[in-house]
Order: sequence, then structure tokens, then C-alpha cells
Amino acid sequence: MGSYVPSTKAQQQEMLAAIGCAGFEDLFKQIPEQVRLRDEVNLPSGKSELEVRRVLEEIAAKNVVFKTIFRGAGAYRHYIPAIVKSVAAKEALVTAYTPYQAEVSQGILQSIFEYQTMICELTGMDVSNASIYDGASAAAEAVAMCRDRKRAKAYVSAAAPPQVVETIRTYCWAAGTEIEFVPEQNGLTDLAALKDLLDDSTACVYIQQPNYYGLIEDCEMAAELAHQAGAKLIVGVNPIAMGLLKSPGECGADIAVGEGQPLGMPLSFGGPYLGFMAATQAMMRKLPGRIVGETTDHNGNRAFVLTLQAREQHIRREKASSNVCSNQALCALTAAAYLSALGPDGLYEVAQQCLSKAAYFAGVLETAGLHQRHQGQHFHEFVTDCPVEADQLLKALEDNGILGGLPVGDNGILWCATEMNTKDEMDRVAAIAGEVCS
Amino acid sequence: MKLLFEKSYVCRRCSVLPACDVDTAALPEALCRQEPPHLPELSETDISRHYTELEKRTYGVNDGFYPLGSCTMKYNPKINEEMASLPGFTEIHPLQPPHTAQGCLETLQLARTYLCEITGMDDMTFQPAAGAHGELTGLMLIKRYHEARNDFSRTKIVVPDSAHGTNPASAAMVGMTVANVPSGEDGCVDLEKLRQAVGEDTAGLMLTNPNTVGLFEKDILEITSIVHEAGGLVYYDGANLNAIMGITRPGDMGFDCVHLNLHKTFATPHGGGGPGSGPVGCKDFLSPYLPGKQVCGTGGLYSLEMPRESVGMVKAFYGNFLVNVKALTYILTLGKEGIREVSENAVLSANYLMKLLSECYKPAYPGPCMHEFVLTLKDLKKERGISAMDVAKSLIDHGVHPPTMYFPLIVPEALMIEPTETEGKEILDQVADTFKLIYQTALKNPELLHQAPTTTLIGRVDEVGAARNPKLRYVVQKP
Repeated sequence: MGSYVPSTKAQQQEMLAAIGCAGFEDLFKQIPEQVRLRDEVNLPSGKSELEVRRVLEEIAAKNVVFKTIFRGAGAYRHYIPAIVKSVAAKEALVTAYTPYQAEVSQGILQSIFEYQTMICELTGMDVSNASIYDGASAAAEAVAMCRDRKRAKAYVSAAAPPQVVETIRTYCWAAGTEIEFVPEQNGLTDLAALKDLLDDSTACVYIQQPNYYGLIEDCEMAAELAHQAGAKLIVGVNPIAMGLLKSPGECGADIAVGEGQPLGMPLSFGGPYLGFMAATQAMMRKLPGRIVGETTDHNGNRAFVLTLQAREQHIRREKASSNVCSNQALCALTAAAYLSALGPDGLYEVAQQCLSKAAYFAGVLETAGLHQRHQGQHFHEFVTDCPVEADQLLKALEDNGILGGLPVGDNGILWCATEMNTKDEMDRVAAIAGEVCS
Repeated sequence: MKLLFEKSYVCRRCSVLPACDVDTAALPEALCRQEPPHLPELSETDISRHYTELEKRTYGVNDGFYPLGSCTMKYNPKINEEMASLPGFTEIHPLQPPHTAQGCLETLQLARTYLCEITGMDDMTFQPAAGAHGELTGLMLIKRYHEARNDFSRTKIVVPDSAHGTNPASAAMVGMTVANVPSGEDGCVDLEKLRQAVGEDTAGLMLTNPNTVGLFEKDILEITSIVHEAGGLVYYDGANLNAIMGITRPGDMGFDCVHLNLHKTFATPHGGGGPGSGPVGCKDFLSPYLPGKQVCGTGGLYSLEMPRESVGMVKAFYGNFLVNVKALTYILTLGKEGIREVSENAVLSANYLMKLLSECYKPAYPGPCMHEFVLTLKDLKKERGISAMDVAKSLIDHGVHPPTMYFPLIVPEALMIEPTETEGKEILDQVADTFKLIYQTALKNPELLHQAPTTTLIGRVDEVGAARNPKLRYVVQKP
């Protein structure tokens, strides 16, 4: 019912008169008659705020909010400290746009600079951009960074998450980059096969850590193989796992990317999430999107500013490193606030609890007759086989208000446990599984 | 101001997690990182104050007039935020079984129906996360369309020289070359030049309408038919949709696909750069190629299905879902009456302000304009040495956010001003007075403007130094 137009009808008339228009019709004279709408658009009439609230609340109520979730597969439920939500709701930070005008945007710029620093620390890489859309698009952009005239082929691990693989595949198709898969063996990227596949037309290798099945890959070996062939290694990481696992930097990766959602963003049916991207110094100028740098103002005061813009679309147009224009600044801010609230000990603790709970959970499921499919070391996700139809077990869990793991190929289930899951919850799932499967 | 890292104090922390209620598992040493990430160690007070200070150093839409041309910095209604934070939306896992996510699917279905009606399109994907992402997606549809017809010779995307930089950059990402068409004297597409530019190698044309100088392409029907006759498709860059809602529709002008910027036209906040949402709408014949899973079925039992000849995925899951919730809330509030009122007043604001400013400044093109207009300060620069940058920075000292500067590239010393419909008459009057005051200063005391801004915490920054010696992170002092 409202349109948020503050000018009254009388003021609108005054303004129309001031520009020599009798009415609104006159304003649109430059639009040819043939394309002008004769009738109103076919939308419902506007509603009051109270009515709109009722409609939306009713729609939201048609979703099932699971109190207990054991599903990850690319979107993870973690505890979000209250301070994180408070920071991410600060009005000026929510409503501002890309900080083109440094003098009135130091807040956003500094927050991005701090975020970039944290991403470098997490990944062990030299430089980070200001973020992009999500983990999958970050992976696709990373592949594009590696391609050159001589090397136009990307190898992607078959054990990477399907949404990441699909996004890389789509970007590669569009750009004309050849894409091949590195097969998996026992749930891990088959590095022996990779060794045979690599040649001097290979631009890069993409590997996920932990991979889709929750298993920890040998990224050091992957880096060594890629580099022997003159190719780059891109590692997609789970940022929470970085509290424990060897970082891509320590493994020798050239680019680290990942889905930043676990760093303080709710599940939100898939978005908004956060794509983080970091690289070695050598690849700095190939990074897509915004980057913030530290400099000084004319009085020598510390200042932050968008920099290395010669890479970007508004300067380079078709020769730009990417078409990425904006970043996910508010999500980057959320991640930085989350990492600040946790601190180094807290991040370690979250990662450690994820690891411990998943280990416990795998144990009780095993006892209930759901055997782990793979032997390798896992982080907070793992696949079990299911002695009955997976859907039958998942339905039983759903009836108990539990979102179970995700069904994967050959009647497997991909489970996830985080610090949110209590021992009682896990025991309950095991008990239900025991009943259903017996 | 100190960085978070410089406020860090050893062993300071927030209390967040309970003790672990199961046995501790250990990773083999070889898999563990050698050096923990150096994150700041802070109390909740430290964090809260830090970000309050950063907020004070940020100019948001609620701090005053924010006429950033092409970005539609309109007011962001609070109800939209509240609806997007309902647990019934925020706590839903993207891979929940569809029968437990019917509300999310209904949201997408409603948003698609309404946005298709507003744009004159038949179908829409919400997967793209931003305008540029939408452009990339739209060009993928065009590429796939030609490929499906076994026409592999169409490798050229035509863009006007006034286009957003993302247009040519997006074309390059789908492996196409760019043919730039110069604009005519009047700021619109030069039909003759367009005819010369299109041919058997034309994949499509990308166009913003109203264009980036704020004018409606009056020959739009001819433009789209020239491209269609050459066998190409026409892409609508929706950055400027705020000018025409309820007045005219891209679908009726001959466009085959469009992207929208929900963070511009549909009042969702810009978040300091994002998250936005860049849904792509298309005509029926492109619908089989849309990326990502689409909502199918009707009321009560919606499902998700991949279109049969989909280009694939451009992002995980279904796009920036919560942003779509905000946009839907906004559309429901506006309704068919409000949607037109928005565009009428956006165009009225721009014309009114342009009229007031014309007393001192020179519009790059004579009016009437649509929702934004471009001033050229070429003469002021030549005669008084005052650049668009000087005026922009001086506006800051008067509490006004600068307009978009030096864009479009075809206008020298450009200031691109988009007031939006959410600024009332008295604000526009006040802002016009400020512009005039600055103009007087430019005539009488130009030196003063070179110093601007002087009221901010920092002055003009050394951008050259920043790029020459990139310092892109803080180096944490290792304990």
C-alpha cells in the first residue's frame, strides 16, 4: 500500500509544475507510445505493513524448522554468537554501497581489510580479495585465474562437492576452458591417476578439503604433482576445518577458496553466503573483484582504499580479470565478526568439537548397523551405507523432528555433526536407526 | 583508527561454547596445521565498540542524500529486513526435502511470477547473486541458444560505448568478442552504426534502457528488431529498471532476457557492496537453458527441477534467497499501484533536481531525463580548474554522498546523479542549494574546493601509492 515516497501529492504537483509538466503522463513522453503499458501491471494491490507481515509469516510457517540437523553437504549449521548478528545489523554498514568514496567509507574499507587479513591467516596464503558470491563461484573464478593461452585445461577432483563441480563446469563451458575429472578411489581423489593425467596443457587442479565425503585429502601431494607439471593447485577449504587442518598455504597451494557460510551465516535456504578467495603473491594481480589496500591520506593519516583497480571491469572492460563488480561485503563483515568473537582458541575449539562429535556419531551409527563407507580420516562429515532404504530411515528421523544426513549414491547417507549437535541427539539418531534397520 | 589485530590482548576471549560432551578425537599429526591462524583475541566489549566505530566512519543511506547514479540508493524498508530474519526462512537447509521447504519454494514462485509480470518475461532464475552475475548468466543463455541451433559462428556481443564496464567484461567471460557501438550526439544508440555493427557473427546486444546517460532509447523497437533481423538476441541490463516499472516493460520492447538488481530497484540493502541478487528473466524459448533448479508444480506441492537443457549452475543452490524474501516483501507492499508510483516519482525527482541544478551546471544532454541525469563539468574544469572530483569531494563536506563520478566514459568530467523516489521535495531543494553554493565557491574561491573534504576523519587518499605498493593485509605480530 505504501511506496516509501515522502513527497505529498501536492508537492509532486509543485515539482511537476516546476519542470513544465501537467501530469506524470508528460514525464514519460520520450517513451514511444507502442511500448507503453495501457493497463496496470497484473499484480495484487499493495498491502499495509501488518498485512504483508501476516502473508510472509504464513509463508515462512510452511517450512519445517528442524531443531536437530545432521545434514551438511555444503551448508553447515554452527552456533552464531549474538555479537555477530548485532554487528551485521549495523545500519550504515547494511545500507552503504561499494566504498568508492574513501573519505566517507573508511568503516567498510577497514572492515574488509581486516577480513582480508583473517582470510590470509586462515588459509595461509599471501593475499585475499574482498570476497565474491559464494564458495562455488569462487572456485570457478579461481579456475579462470589459472587459464592462459598455452594451458587451457582444468582437472577437477571427482570428490569435490557437486554444486562446486557443476559451477566450475558451467563457467568453463562458457569460457571455452576444457574440464576433466580426476577419478576418486575409496572416497579420495586418486592422486596416482592425477599424476598420469597431468600434462603441459594443464592450467590447474581443483581439490576440496575436506572433500564432499568429509575425508581429508593429501593436498601436499596434489600440490607437488600439479607443480611438477607446471600447473597450479586450487584448494577449496571449509573455513572451520582451518582451525585444525594444515592450511592450503602450508600445503603449497597457489589459490585457496571456500564457502564462508560456516563463519556466522545462517543456513537461509542457500544464501546469502560468502565466497572467499586468497592466493600467493605471484597471483595477486589475477584475483577477481574488489581488493582493499592500506595507504595514507594527504596528511599522512592511515587510510584504506579500493586498490589494484587496473584488474577490474570498470577500467579494463573486456580485458578485465573478471566481470565481478561488487563483493559480499556484509557477509565478509559477518565472517570477520565471527572470527573475532571466537578468536584463535575459539576457532580451534569449534573445529575440535566438530571432529570429536563426528567421530562419536560415526561410532554410535556403526553400532546401530550403519557402516562407514570409507576408511580415510574424516573431519565433520562421513558417509555410511544404509542397511534399509535410506529414505525409510530419513523419514523416521524426520518424524522425530530430525533432519538426517543427505542421501548419496548407492543408498549411502552423508552425515554431518557440528558443535550444535549434543551427545543426546546423536544417541537418539542411533537408537532410531537401530530400530529402523533391525 | 586501530585495527582489530592492534586491539588484541593475549588470552582475552568471549565465552561462546560449552565443554564438549563426547570424548575428544585427535587428528594424526601430519594432517594438523603447524601454525594456528593469528586471529585477534578480544572481549565482546572490544568487538562491539570496534564495529560501532567503523559504523560511524561509514556513510549509509540513512546518513543523508546518496545520489550514486546507476546504483539506486533508495531507502531500505525495515519490514523487509524483519521478514528476511524469520527463523522460518533463516533456519532452512538448502538441501532439506522439498516437502519441508514449501514456504521457501512458494517465496521463489511468487517472486518469479511478480517479477516476470513487471518485466514482461516468461520465466526467471534466482541463482545469480548480483547484476554482473546476472549478465554472465544471460550471456550464457544466449550462447547456449545459438549452440543449440548449431550456429557456432555467433561470437560477437555488441555493446554501446556508454555501457557499464561489466557488459564487455561479461562478454569476455563467455568467450565472446566485443563490438562497441558509438552513441549518437543525442546520447542514444546510433541506428546507422548499429546496423553496421551487426551481422552473421552477432550473438547479441546488451543494452540498458533507460541508458547510462539517463535517457530512454526512443528507437528501442527499431534497435531490437535490427539485432533480431541479424539473428542475434537482445539482453536487457536491468540496472535502470527503477525508471520504468508499471510504465513499460523490457519484454514489450523486444528484449529476450533481462537481469534485475534486486538490491537497487527492489529496495534491498546494498550491504557495503553486497549481498545483492541478480535474477535473470527470459522469454519462453530461453527457459529450458536457465541455470540451477527451478521451482515447479503449483500451490501446496512445489518441487525443484533442473531445466532439461540447463547451462548448469552459476552458484551453489538457489541464489541469495533472503534477498529475494526482502524483494518479495517490498513488491507485496507496493502492489500494482505502488510499483508505478515508485517509477513516476523516481523520474520526477531526477527531472526536478536536474532543472534546479541547470541554473549553474550543464547537463550532458538536454532533458527531460528518466530516473537519473549526467552533468558535465567540462567547462568548469577548463575555466576554473574545478573537476567533477572537486565538486564530489566538496559535497561530502556538506553532508551529501557524492554522485557517481567519471561515468559514463563518453561524458567528460561526468557527475551522474540518481536521487531516487525516496527523497522528498525539501531534500531535493536543499541539495540543489548545496550544489549551487559549491558552484559559487568554484567561481570565487576555487582553491577551497581542491582541499575538500576537510570535515571528514581523513582527507583525500593516496590511491597511486596504494596501487604501487600494495599493502593488502595486516601482518600480525607473532607472539
